[in-house]
Amino acid sequence: MGILDSKVPAGPLAEKWTNHKNNIDLVNPANKRNIDIIVVGTGLAGGSAAATLAELGYNVKTFCYQDSPRRAHSIAAQGGINAAKNYQGDGDSNYRLFYDTVKGGDYRSREANVYRLAEVSANIIDQCVAQGVPFAREYGGLLDNRSFGGVLVSRTFYAKGQTGQQLLLGAYSAMNRQINRGKIKSFTRHEMMDLVKVDGKARGIIARNLVTGEIERHSAHAVVLATGGYGNVFFLSTNAMGSNVMAAWRAHRKGAFFANPCYTQIHPTCIPVSGEHQSKLTLMSESLRNDGRIWVPKRLEDAKAIREGKMTPLQLKEEDRDYYLERRYPAFGNLVPRDVASRAAKERCDAGFGVNKTGEAVYLDFASAIERYGKEKALIAGLNNADKNTITTLGKAVVEAKYGNLFQMYEKIVDENPYETPMMIYPAVHYTMGGLWVDYNLQTTIAGCYAAGEANFSDHGANRLGASALMQGLADGYFVLPYTIGNYLSKDIRTGPIPTDSAEFDEAEKEVRDRLSKLMSGSGLHSVDYYHKKLGKIMWNKCGMSRNAEHLQEAIDEISALRADFWENVKIPGSIEGINQELEKAGRVADFLELGELFAKDALTRNESCGGHFREEYQTPEGEALRDDKNFKFVSAWEYKGAPKDAVLHKEELIYENIELKTRSYK
Amino acid sequence: MKLSLKVWRQKDAKSKGAMVDYSLEGVEGDMSFLEMLDVLNEQLIDNGEEPVVFDHDCREGICGSCSLQINGEPHGPDRLVTTCQLHMRKFNDGDTIVIEPFRAKSFPVLKDLIVDRSAFDRIQQAGGYISVNTSGNTVDANATPIDKHAADEAMDAATCIGCGACVAACKNASAMLFTSAKVSQYALLPQGQVEATQRVQSMVRQMDLEGFGNCTNTGACEIECPKGISLENIARMNREYFSANLKG
Ligand SMILES: Cc1cc2nc3c(=O)[nH]c(=O)nc-3n(C[C@H](O)[C@H](O)[C@H](O)COP(=O)(O)OP(=O)(O)OC[C@H]3O[C@@H](n4cnc5c(N)ncnc54)[C@H](O)[C@@H]3O)c2cc1C
Ligand code: SF4
Ligand code: FES
Repeated sequence: MGILDSKVPAGPLAEKWTNHKNNIDLVNPANKRNIDIIVVGTGLAGGSAAATLAELGYNVKTFCYQDSPRRAHSIAAQGGINAAKNYQGDGDSNYRLFYDTVKGGDYRSREANVYRLAEVSANIIDQCVAQGVPFAREYGGLLDNRSFGGVLVSRTFYAKGQTGQQLLLGAYSAMNRQINRGKIKSFTRHEMMDLVKVDGKARGIIARNLVTGEIERHSAHAVVLATGGYGNVFFLSTNAMGSNVMAAWRAHRKGAFFANPCYTQIHPTCIPVSGEHQSKLTLMSESLRNDGRIWVPKRLEDAKAIREGKMTPLQLKEEDRDYYLERRYPAFGNLVPRDVASRAAKERCDAGFGVNKTGEAVYLDFASAIERYGKEKALIAGLNNADKNTITTLGKAVVEAKYGNLFQMYEKIVDENPYETPMMIYPAVHYTMGGLWVDYNLQTTIAGCYAAGEANFSDHGANRLGASALMQGLADGYFVLPYTIGNYLSKDIRTGPIPTDSAEFDEAEKEVRDRLSKLMSGSGLHSVDYYHKKLGKIMWNKCGMSRNAEHLQEAIDEISALRADFWENVKIPGSIEGINQELEKAGRVADFLELGELFAKDALTRNESCGGHFREEYQTPEGEALRDDKNFKFVSAWEYKGAPKDAVLHKEELIYENIELKTRSYK
Repeated sequence: MKLSLKVWRQKDAKSKGAMVDYSLEGVEGDMSFLEMLDVLNEQLIDNGEEPVVFDHDCREGICGSCSLQINGEPHGPDRLVTTCQLHMRKFNDGDTIVIEPFRAKSFPVLKDLIVDRSAFDRIQQAGGYISVNTSGNTVDANATPIDKHAADEAMDAATCIGCGACVAACKNASAMLFTSAKVSQYALLPQGQVEATQRVQSMVRQMDLEGFGNCTNTGACEIECPKGISLENIARMNREYFSANLKG
C-alpha cells in the first residue's frame, strides 16, 4: 500500500459508509465547544462544511478572498445537480449513479468514494428544499428533472440556469444562521497564504487581509481546504478571475500530495474566444445539449464560405449539415460525456470545418427543438393546423422558459440572437478533476488537513460528468466531512487552544513575508498578466485537449524558464500595504507556474489516454481514447521535493470489486 | 475606438478621492467594460503608475462582485446587465466615460472603485435563512408539493446577486429592493412561513441600523437592477412587515 492509505472501510460496497459512520469516534457536544476549525473557502463545499460543523458545535472560522462568502465561484454553476432520487421512475438508483460516475470518469476513481457520493446524493436535495432553495417544479408541484451528458436517465435537479447560485445561497444562508449564533466567524477579503504545521499536524494558516495588507495568524485544531479548482492555470477558462491554486499548493509544499494534476475537463459548450483582449471564457450550460443539436457543414467549401461571411448557417440545407455527434455516437448523440464531445469538436475544426473567423467554433442549433416544442404546445392548445409562425413563437417561448438567461447572456456577449441563428460554441477549460490527494475521510497526507469540493481529487476520476461537482461539493460539506473529521478531533479534546506565538507560526509568517517582498522586488519588465497569458498559451497548446510526449517535454522546459523569468522580472506597482490587486494576482500566478510544470510532468508520465487526458500516442484506430488498465490503473499522487521536476510519484492502485472495467463506449 | 475616461481615484478609506482623466486607444466593441479597464491598467502599469482597482470575479453577471457607476448609472447604460457583461459596442468612438464607485453612506469606499458592501451580509445574517439543521434529517423533497407559480416567483426573487446597484441608484440610498427580494423568496415558500414574523422584523431592523435610507417609491432601483428584481417585492415586504408588527 505504500504511504498512501486510502482508509477505505472493509465490507460490502453499499454498507461501507454506514458501517464507517457507526465506528467513528464522536466528540461530545461539550467538548466540541473547545475545538476550533478553520475552513478556507466558502463555495458549496466550504460553505456547507462550515455551516454543518458550526451546527454540530465546533468553533468555525471561514475565509474567502471575495467580499462576501456568497460570491464564491460555485455561484456561477448553471445547469444543475445530480441526485439518485428516481423521481422520474426511469430506473435510477444509487448503483446506477455510482456506475455512471465511475464509467464517466473512465475508471480512474475510487469505488468506495463514488458509491458514498451516490448514496448521500438524495439527501442533498431534501436538505436544500428544506432550506428554501427554489428548484424548478412541474405543474403538479413536484420537482422537475433534466438530463445531462453521459447518462440515460433524468436525475438532474435545477433552478433555471442558476442552480449553483441557488445552492450556494442555500449554504450561505445556513452559514448566516451560524454567524448570527456566533458559531462562525467569517473573514472575507482574506487570502490564505500558507498552512502552519505544528508537530506534523495542520494547526493553522497565515492569511493576508486584502484590505489592509496585514499578515495575520489564525490557529485551529484542524484546517479544511475547500478552495476550488485550478483551471485558471490556463489563463483562459470558465472559472472566476480569482480562482486559484494557492491554498492547495501551499499545503502541497507543506506535505500534502497532489493527485492527478493532468486531469482537466475541457467543456464542449463555451462561447468561442473573440480576440487577444479576452480575459475569461463563458460557459453555455451543458443542459443546452438536451435540446440543442451540434453540427458543422459537411463540405469544406461551405465552412469556408461561412467563415468568410459569404454564407449564413441558415442557408445550409439539412442534408449539407454534419451532426457529427449523432453520426459518431448514435446511442448518446449530443449527450455524450464532455471529454468526448470536446475532442470531437476539435477534430472537426482541425479538419477545417470550423465556422467562425478563427475557425474554432461549431454550431449548437435550437431550430429543431423550437419546432418540436412549438408543435407540442400547439397541440395542447388545441391548434391542430397551426402555421409555421405560430409554432415557432410557441416553441421559442418554451425554449426561453428553459434557457432564457443563457440565451440572453449569449446575445449580450456575441451580439447575435440565438433564437434566430445557431449559437457558436467551442471547448474551453472548465474544471479540474485533479487536486489534493485525500483518503476516504477526506484527509490529505497532512494530519488534520482536509480537502473538500473541487480542491480534492476524489470522485470524478479522469472526467467529471455534468451536474456532479455541485453534488460532490455539498456531499463533502454537509454529509461527509463533518462526520469523518470527528474521528481525528476526538483525540484533540484535551489539547486546548492552539497558540499563535509559537516558533512554527513565526517561521510560517516569515516565509510569507519574504515571499511577498521577493515578489515586490522584481526588475519590473513585465506585468503579472503578461506571464499568466504566456503560461496559459503553453498549457493550452501543449497540455490541452490532446497531448503528446514531445509537446509535454517542451511545456516542462518552457514553464520552468518562464517561472525563472517571472521571479526575476515581474512588475508589481504599489506596496504590500493596503489593497494591491496586482500583488494578489502575482501570488496566484507564482503558484500556477509551479503547478503547470507538475501538470505537464504528470501528463507525460501517464502513458495512456483516459477521460480528459488524451495522449495522441494512445488512441484506437477510430480516434477514441485508449486506456491501459494493466499499467495505469492508479492514482498519481505527487510529493513535493522542491522544484516540480523533483516531485516524487506515489501510486494508489485502484481496485474495482463492483464494476467490471470496460472500454468506455457511447456509440 | 478611442475613449476619454474620467475615473475616481482614492488611495484608501481615509484619503480624499478625485476624478482623474485618462485617454485610451485600441478599444474594441467585443471587449467587456472590465476588459476595457484591463487595457487601461496594462497601460498604467507600463507607465509605472498604480492600476485602478475594482471588484470583479465571475465576469459573467452572477457573483455580484462588479459594481461601478458608469456615466451616472449603476452598471452603465445597458439594461439587465452587470458591468462585467456590458460590452464596449454600447459606446462610440470619442466618447467620454465617467467611472465612479457606487455611492452610498452604507457602502464606504475602500480604494478607487471598490466599496465595502458588508452591510448586505449583515442584513442576511440577521434573518435571511430558514432554521433547519444541515445534518440530513429532513423529509423527502417531494413530501410537500409547491405550487409551480409560487416556486417560480420565489426563484425570481432569489435571483438577486447582492450587487448593490439598487442602493446606488436610489437618491435615498435605500436597500429595500435587496432586502425585500430575500424576504420575498421565503415568504413565497411554505418552508419560510414558520419564522416569517421574526425574519422580516430582524432584517428590516438591521437594514435601518446599517444606515440605508427610506424608500420613497421612485422606482429607480428596479430600473437599474441587473437581475430585473421587481418592485412587487417591496410591496410584499411591506405587507409582511405590517402584519408581523400587528402580531407583535
Ligand atoms: C461556469 C461554470 C458552470 C458550472 N456549472 C456546473 C453545473 O451546472 N453543475 C455542476 O455540478 N458543476 C458545475 N460547475 C462546477 C462547479 O461549479 C464547481 O466545481 C464547484 O462549484 C466548486 O465548488 P467548491 O466549493 O469546491 O469551490 P469554489 O466554489 O470555487 O469556492 C472556492 C472558495 O475558496 C476561496 N478561496 C480560494 N483560494 C483561497 C485562498 N487562497 N484564501 C482564501 N480563500 C480562498 C474562494 O474565495 C471561494 O470561497 C460549473 C463551473 C463553472 C466554472
Ligand atoms: S436587487 Fe438587483 S440591484 Fe439590488 S442587489 Fe439585488 S440584483 Fe443588485
Ligand atoms: S464580476 Fe461577477 S457579476 Fe460581474
